[in-house]
Amino acid sequence: MRTIPAADITAAVARLCIRANTVLPADVAAALDRCHAFEPWPLAGKTLGLLQDNLVQAKERNLPICQDTGMACVFVELGQEVHIEGNFEEAVHEGVRRGYGEGFLRKSIVADPLRRENTGDNAPAAITLRLVSGDRCTITVVPKGFGSENMSRLGMLKPADGVEGVKKFVVDTVRLAGPNPCPPVVLGIGVGGSFDKAAALAKHALLRPLDVKHPDPFYAALEDDLLEEINALGIGPQGFGGRTTCLGLAIEAAPTHVAGLPVAVNVSCHVTRRAAEVL
Amino acid sequence: MQYKLTTPVTREDLSPLRAGDTVLLSGTVYTARDAAHKRLMALLDAGEPLPFPVEGSALYYVGPTPERPGEVIGSAGPTTSGRMDTYSPRLLDLGQAVMIGKGARNQVVKDAVIRNGAVYLAALGGAGALMAVCVKRLEVVCWEDLGCEAVRRLEVENMPLTVILDPKGGDLYQSGPAAYLASLAEK
Repeated sequence: MRTIPAADITAAVARLCIRANTVLPADVAAALDRCHAFEPWPLAGKTLGLLQDNLVQAKERNLPICQDTGMACVFVELGQEVHIEGNFEEAVHEGVRRGYGEGFLRKSIVADPLRRENTGDNAPAAITLRLVSGDRCTITVVPKGFGSENMSRLGMLKPADGVEGVKKFVVDTVRLAGPNPCPPVVLGIGVGGSFDKAAALAKHALLRPLDVKHPDPFYAALEDDLLEEINALGIGPQGFGGRTTCLGLAIEAAPTHVAGLPVAVNVSCHVTRRAAEVL
Repeated sequence: MQYKLTTPVTREDLSPLRAGDTVLLSGTVYTARDAAHKRLMALLDAGEPLPFPVEGSALYYVGPTPERPGEVIGSAGPTTSGRMDTYSPRLLDLGQAVMIGKGARNQVVKDAVIRNGAVYLAALGGAGALMAVCVKRLEVVCWEDLGCEAVRRLEVENMPLTVILDPKGGDLYQSGPAAYLASLAEK
């Protein structure tokens, strides 16, 4: 048994909130560079250039990349040999409070969805906890902006809809979103499971770096097909028109019921942020 | 075409603008998101004056991150404008000339743009650091309790914007993708 003090979790979450909001993951920045190099439409090329300039300005001026510093989605893979000394969930929430305060990040969370009073500190976090083997604790902070989150969709398809039905649902989601989610987008796609599981898979898929393909060749090919179809829509960066509508996407699939084919698309933007640490 | 404009603007200033043109905007810009718009409507309903001169004004749909000590503003990119669709036509009819945000608007807003000779300009969504560089002064006008959604007066210099909706009914979110797809068909 290895002991991790709750205070260490708080400190890590705080650091990760700040880092994730100021430095884009290398794979997302690289995808932006690659798409810029292949973009044939002049206005789209110019727009992608400005998005790259923004990353430089954020770094130089120590500013958040985007003013929507998001809802703090915190993914924790907790080794079952770990004992946490103190209250785990409270430690994560406190890390968010500290990170968003010290990092001058925007506080975007309301305590109740209908009465809408801002909590003032961006807590609570949206925590996803998974128990894994070993004695480590891996924390990933994903600050999720809602311009793109609002364009996400979930569909309970029929098994007969099959691969084509799933593809149509995903492509339609991007078409319906149009310019709203700040394209070029990044998509997390969940297929299978149950109503809630599909959405969780979709969110978790956003953790996979864009230069890593699905390990199953069937899904890797489906990812390639979808990316090509989406980049033929013409929406382009910011919806001004062009090739680069989507920087990358990841599918996660899970066993499902004989009667169902759930599919969820979690839409993210060109500022798809994540930062991780292993304790 | 690229145009340089300074607020407050007139219908004549805006009449040559077409969807797809770029604008470098300078002068005073007021910030307001949904919560502030809701309060603006309440003021109008009560017959009270608005907290800023509306004639020829530019409203930027933004909720910036808090500024660090010594800095003018934090990160300050646009929010999704569609959430203001319910409120915008009334303000346009009262003289608001420029809306700044990102994302699609509904037909009621498009009609109000044409009727009033106004424009809807896009700032770069997700490019909050880049937009912040153009802001030279910031002052909270009212409703500090709304936090990042309070109404702020910004003095901006050469804010890079793209015309989405123009006074002639042009819409870049329709014409831009269509022009790109047509260019592929020609090849």
